[in-house]
Amino acid sequence: MEFISGIVFSILSVIAFYIFGKKLLTIKRNIHLGRPVELNDQPIARWKNVFLLALGQKKMFRNIPVAVLHLILYVGFIIINTELLEIIIDGIFGTHRFFKPYLGALYPILINSFEVLALLVFVACLFFLSRRNILRIKRFLSNDLTGWPKTDANLILAIEIVLMGLFLLMNAADPSVNFIISSWIKPALSNLDAHQLHTIEQTAWWIHILGIYGFMNYLPYSKHLHIVLAFPNAYYASLEPKGKMHNMVAVQNEVLYAMQPELAPTNAAPPEKFGAKDVMDLSWKNLMDAYSCTECGRCSAACPANSTGKLLSPRKIMMDTRDRLEIVGKNIDANGQFEDDGKSLLNDHITIEELRACTTCNACVEECPVSISPMDIIIELRRSLIMEDSNAPSEWNGMFSNIENNFAPWKFAPDDRDAWTKQS
Amino acid sequence: MKVSTMAEMMAAGTKPEVLFWVGCAGSFDQRAQKITKAFATILDKAGVVYAILGKEEACTGDPARRAGNEFMFQMMAYQNIQVMNAYEIKKIVTTCPHCFNTLKNEYPALGGNYDVIHHTQFLQELIESGKIKISDSNEWKGKTITYHDSCYLGRANDIYEAPRKVLESLDIELKEMRRCKSKGLCCGAGGAQMFKEEEKGTTRINMDRADEAIETKANFVASACPFCNTMMTDGIKNRDEEVKTEVLDIAEIIAKAIQ
Repeated sequence: MEFISGIVFSILSVIAFYIFGKKLLTIKRNIHLGRPVELNDQPIARWKNVFLLALGQKKMFRNIPVAVLHLILYVGFIIINTELLEIIIDGIFGTHRFFKPYLGALYPILINSFEVLALLVFVACLFFLSRRNILRIKRFLSNDLTGWPKTDANLILAIEIVLMGLFLLMNAADPSVNFIISSWIKPALSNLDAHQLHTIEQTAWWIHILGIYGFMNYLPYSKHLHIVLAFPNAYYASLEPKGKMHNMVAVQNEVLYAMQPELAPTNAAPPEKFGAKDVMDLSWKNLMDAYSCTECGRCSAACPANSTGKLLSPRKIMMDTRDRLEIVGKNIDANGQFEDDGKSLLNDHITIEELRACTTCNACVEECPVSISPMDIIIELRRSLIMEDSNAPSEWNGMFSNIENNFAPWKFAPDDRDAWTKQS
Repeated sequence: MKVSTMAEMMAAGTKPEVLFWVGCAGSFDQRAQKITKAFATILDKAGVVYAILGKEEACTGDPARRAGNEFMFQMMAYQNIQVMNAYEIKKIVTTCPHCFNTLKNEYPALGGNYDVIHHTQFLQELIESGKIKISDSNEWKGKTITYHDSCYLGRANDIYEAPRKVLESLDIELKEMRRCKSKGLCCGAGGAQMFKEEEKGTTRINMDRADEAIETKANFVASACPFCNTMMTDGIKNRDEEVKTEVLDIAEIIAKAIQ
């Protein structure tokens, strides 16, 4: 019997990891649909960001109470999951608490600490669930989250609560051990005989591990993927001052050749597409940003345009980018390569009115706990609007022609530029 | 006032310590011209040998670039870099955070490498080195001032301390707004918004920010950017406060406080 259950468990494990791995590769492929950009310089500064921003969650600590609760979930997740190693070994070989004899006195210390963390995670999740659904916090009430995103967020918290409950129940139903938190549940099970206890323990064990496999495979479809991507996203975060915009070398050269035609190569390649109309025109970092987004909305809460009722929401920019990228990815899966579907990120997902509202103030970039730049995407889409579609509000066209003719955004005579020196 | 241009200095065979990049607002906008003149006055008093480009200066291209018009930006940058490199400019000071950001962060990739500092940093240096002396009986003494962070100084370039240090040298009470430093709320002008109508919303960004400034009950709002100055002035005017809170650039405040 134990032999058969070991085989079944092994097969299920292989399937779970296979599907997960395959989906991760699809996501990796989707990210690499983006434009190449070199982000491998200054490894020390990049590792520092991984430690501070991802491991250390520095940005979360801009709001300390929430940061502490989130830290419990995060530490709980990592530490409790080390117990998975034993669970998987037990599952495959039909052993029972494989590490117990080897670890001696350390074993109960470890499991006790897992249990304390499990309880803390349980409580933190309950708090977050009520915060999301009962407290009226603006960034959680936003239309950005209507429908699936709201369900997604609640589902993650609910699953964590169930998994922690199962972990504690499994320990409580095991008569061979007595741990700090699960011993509180033991009295409730005191009327059961050894066989019934064993059934409960086994059932909790199976649902727990299958739940974890299910959760793992749910990750790639969820905002919860940030638990994986926050780390590489911190590594590849921009190390430049936030005010610096990415230079368009193609345009730089066009201007240079216009000014100094002698420098122009005779067989110059036609210029690339200017700016981004669709996800493939964005950089791979922009696309990794989209998959890393956990839809917390700190960006939109800090956005001056969003907080004054404009249509722009940096969080929606990220969610739209991911949605569009998923559509493009599925299109490639179905057709072998991308077949034009007559749609694009610009216009079909993100409207011109949203893009026009951005003040490039960098508040969204500053707030993001997982090193995302929504502003970068906004600017690339704006570039496409202006340079590909010549789509600008009339005031901007006026500003452009003033700069071109008067060398200032207003219509003043260039000769008056130093007129202030002659005023009293 | 007598302000030399680079061309004049070149003709006279001299070189300035620093180029004062005035910027479009500082050159043409009537309100911002006062900031320009205040800063030039301080430079004179401190004995700094400086020059302007005068008629040879042109828009850095910042609003065009942020609106999405990279061609226009590249054209302006090319032109400005040609002029500045011909004069062998080494150091630039500017009263506009947008010009500052573009000159400092974006021109190097195009061949324009200069040591660029913002006027609030320059003022801090002048005060700390004793080149300018704050009068003990300066008119701001004991007043409450709130400082509005410019996005292009603050988040864009992590300059939060210099403007505050300069203000604190005045023996004033510096009162922070609810959102300040890296959490500071934008005035609404950046990203070429200055040059168009705001998109449809429930309120204007500068009104929100003006409310935060008014909440502090400060006597004055200090700004470090000509565009923030305009936006904050308009916002506060619109709120029709009984006590008119005046918006002043840090250069204007310092110009009136030095011996």
